[in-house]
Amino acid sequence: MTTTTEVNHDDDHHDGEHHEHHIPYGIKRWLYTTNHKDIGTLYLWFAFIMFLTGGAMAMVIRAELFQPGLQIVEPHFFNQMTTVHGLIMVFGAVMPAFTGLANWLIPMMIGAPDMALPRMNNWSFWILPFAFSILLGSLFMEGGGPAFGWTFYAPLSTTYSGDGTALFVFAVHIMGASSIMGAINVIVTIFNMRAPGMTWMKMPLFVWTWLITAFLLIAVMPVLAGAVTMVLTDKFFGTSFFDAAGGGDPVMFQHIFWFFGHPEVYIMILPAFGIISQIIPTFARKRLFGYASMVYATASIALLSFIVWAHHMFTTGMPVAAELFFMFATMLISVPTGVKVFNWVATMWRGSMTFEVPMLFALAFIVLFTIGGLSGLMLAIVPVDFQYHDTYFVVAHFHYVLVTGAIFSIMAAVYYWLPKWTGKMFHIGLAKWHFWCSLVSVNVLFFPMHFVGLAGMPRRIPDYALQFADFNKWISIGGFAFGLSQLIFLVLLIKACKKQGEPVSAQVWEGAEGLEWEIPSPAPYHTFETPPVVK
Amino acid sequence: MKRILFKVGTMLTALMTTRVFAETTDKIDQYTLNMRKGVTDISAEVYDMHMLMFIICVVIGVGVFGVMFVSMFFHRKSRGAKPANFHESVKVEIAWTITPFIILIGMAFPATKLLINMEDASEPDVTVLVTGSQWKWHYKYMDNDVEFFSKIATQQDQIKGKIPKGVNYLLEVDRPLVIPTGKKIRFLVTSDDVIHSWWVPDFAVKQDANPGFINDAWAIANEPGIYRGQCAELCGKDHGFMPVVVIAKEPAEFDKWIAEQEAIQMQAKEEEQRLLAMNMTMPEAMTQGEQVYLANCAACHMPNGEGLPGVFPALKGSQIAVADKPRHIEIMINGVTGSAMQSYAKQLTMSEIAAVVTYERNAWGNNTGDLVQAKDINAVMNGQ
Repeated sequence: MTTTTEVNHDDDHHDGEHHEHHIPYGIKRWLYTTNHKDIGTLYLWFAFIMFLTGGAMAMVIRAELFQPGLQIVEPHFFNQMTTVHGLIMVFGAVMPAFTGLANWLIPMMIGAPDMALPRMNNWSFWILPFAFSILLGSLFMEGGGPAFGWTFYAPLSTTYSGDGTALFVFAVHIMGASSIMGAINVIVTIFNMRAPGMTWMKMPLFVWTWLITAFLLIAVMPVLAGAVTMVLTDKFFGTSFFDAAGGGDPVMFQHIFWFFGHPEVYIMILPAFGIISQIIPTFARKRLFGYASMVYATASIALLSFIVWAHHMFTTGMPVAAELFFMFATMLISVPTGVKVFNWVATMWRGSMTFEVPMLFALAFIVLFTIGGLSGLMLAIVPVDFQYHDTYFVVAHFHYVLVTGAIFSIMAAVYYWLPKWTGKMFHIGLAKWHFWCSLVSVNVLFFPMHFVGLAGMPRRIPDYALQFADFNKWISIGGFAFGLSQLIFLVLLIKACKKQGEPVSAQVWEGAEGLEWEIPSPAPYHTFETPPVVK
Repeated sequence: MKRILFKVGTMLTALMTTRVFAETTDKIDQYTLNMRKGVTDISAEVYDMHMLMFIICVVIGVGVFGVMFVSMFFHRKSRGAKPANFHESVKVEIAWTITPFIILIGMAFPATKLLINMEDASEPDVTVLVTGSQWKWHYKYMDNDVEFFSKIATQQDQIKGKIPKGVNYLLEVDRPLVIPTGKKIRFLVTSDDVIHSWWVPDFAVKQDANPGFINDAWAIANEPGIYRGQCAELCGKDHGFMPVVVIAKEPAEFDKWIAEQEAIQMQAKEEEQRLLAMNMTMPEAMTQGEQVYLANCAACHMPNGEGLPGVFPALKGSQIAVADKPRHIEIMINGVTGSAMQSYAKQLTMSEIAAVVTYERNAWGNNTGDLVQAKDINAVMNGQ
């Protein structure tokens, strides 16, 4: 993928468009904006606020689990914390952060002036704060918020849940609508607005991975909407989708949920693969080893993600044949995932590496995500999964792929493109503190979870047997340290938004390639009003 | 009259709280790092499979990260490394697609064999029906007339940190499941309300308990001992307080135990019939009622009877508890469909239900003065 480009910078300044000359200011700028960069910023700040909110809930969880016994919260509130922590991190932090990056970057990467559907873009962002206000508001209702886990298994979420379930269902509907609109926008933009010469196999990998992610979103968010709707009618309108007494089946809920849930896992990791594939070549100063195989690997992971959902349900009593099928299909996913990791390593091999902050996060991603991937391979093996299932081993696994995977990639992306967005280099000292504190604490936090899980500690419990006490203390200390480390990031981001720091060049990083590095830094409010020609 | 009642009462209480495991040695596992090998052939094979997978993953990890670290060390710009220009090699890419594939096939064979073996619950020697409900287990021996509930035995004061925690904190029950060693035990697992999961790590058995459906699993315990586990599927507020304890005894001892239990349960049923003819006094009913309430009702309705607003209704001052007595008794017996309120007809004796209804109608300022007797409960249960 070589992208030699000609950018006509003069085009940024005329063209007879009048709206570009006065950037709206104040609250109206943000409320009415249809500019992909503004909306990207909104998404990213929203995601970060949600990350801190969900993180605060994790702090409550870790404080309660600091030692055996019930000290701080009641079990019912503890369950609300685990549930809402999960929902907020998945739907409020990781997904909006990726959508924010897509908004900022996809038009700049493919040489488009904006997203294809700018008003819908505005709407898909602005319904999110309402969704999460509803979700968080339910915590203050009589009976509290959702307390049935982010997976909301029926009948715990139907017959046996509090009335706050209705708010949960409504909130999830809004989040789903927002995601679907965001995905449509990405697809339409990529299909129709690529600059001349930007052929499919010249697109940056971040664009490719997001395109595939967008298709996954459109495929599965309606399934989630169906699941929550059935929960709603089972609870309030007397249907029996998941109630055996009325001819339904509680396990069917899990099939429907995980048919959404497993592709959802890849929705949260494919854009991360794209980000890492952008960053590694830049700082290794060497082309990505196998561009085409990366694209094909991403597509195969996406396709396989539709036929592995029941590996979350091996203990539900499926027939052996089904267990075997889902075991084999799941194991198969490690092949394209391995191809990706090998590709990154081969890209670094005999490169000329430097270790700026985005690269540090990217390297940490490769190692720690791979650890999460390997424990995922262990979890795929049904006979041993019976022992791992629903223990802290699983908690360790998915936090390795989601925190040190997805979230580290988002941080890498922010550090990588932030100078392009603000025109100033971020505070490198703070960034390094942020990286090293996060790296150490996140491992103190999640690594011992493997041990307590193997030793038999179930997940989602507010209190535990005495043999798990020592590790849980360390896990909590790691958790608090990781939480505090993110405040360094907050300070850094505020400084960056105040435009403090050294001015940067258009290319920012030696070795960075692609259209977004050819426009000035900071990126002008409107870019590529006349498309560049990609040769 | 009163004396007989007391005798029966103490006997029933003793029955409910028998610690049958007094004579067996309690092995507290100190495993905190790794999966346990367990005490069945299957669990040992599962452990071996786990270790095999673990070692393969470590080798892969060390290999990949090794190459990466070598390149991070030697191919850095500060050491004057000049970037090479190679990319896209079909040979290399085929190699790193095929190799993992072959490793996977190597893993799939033993895993498949083991799984097929684990899922074969045919021809059991003993069958036990395991039923989960919020937040206790019920065990029923299908070949004998023995069934009982098994609830957490850890005191609230230990959980709240008022007194020191015992060695088996949260992993102890009032009545453990007892099975014979060396016999194939089939567990039929189901639920009365939400989904639970019955897990004994030492047997490598974890089976979801789905309401309305029956799953099976099996184990042959090779050694006598006490094996502890927990509910593994989030099942509501007290999910963390739903332990599983299984005692494996030598077959001869087991036969003796089950015969004893049959006799005790038979006798208890006869006693219950006899109790119908007797009346409790108010203080007796209140004392017994409070005990029953704290053991069975307080988890949801709270010890102060105020419930959890929006989730579990208050009994203090509620219309049913202060006015509608027939409905009160009927709820105790049948539960409330479409809610978390269970049926207690099987869980409690008639005199216990009578006592707890009396307690609820007179405690926390619900001063109705109603005194309900076992025969009132019997009347409702038999549709009179």
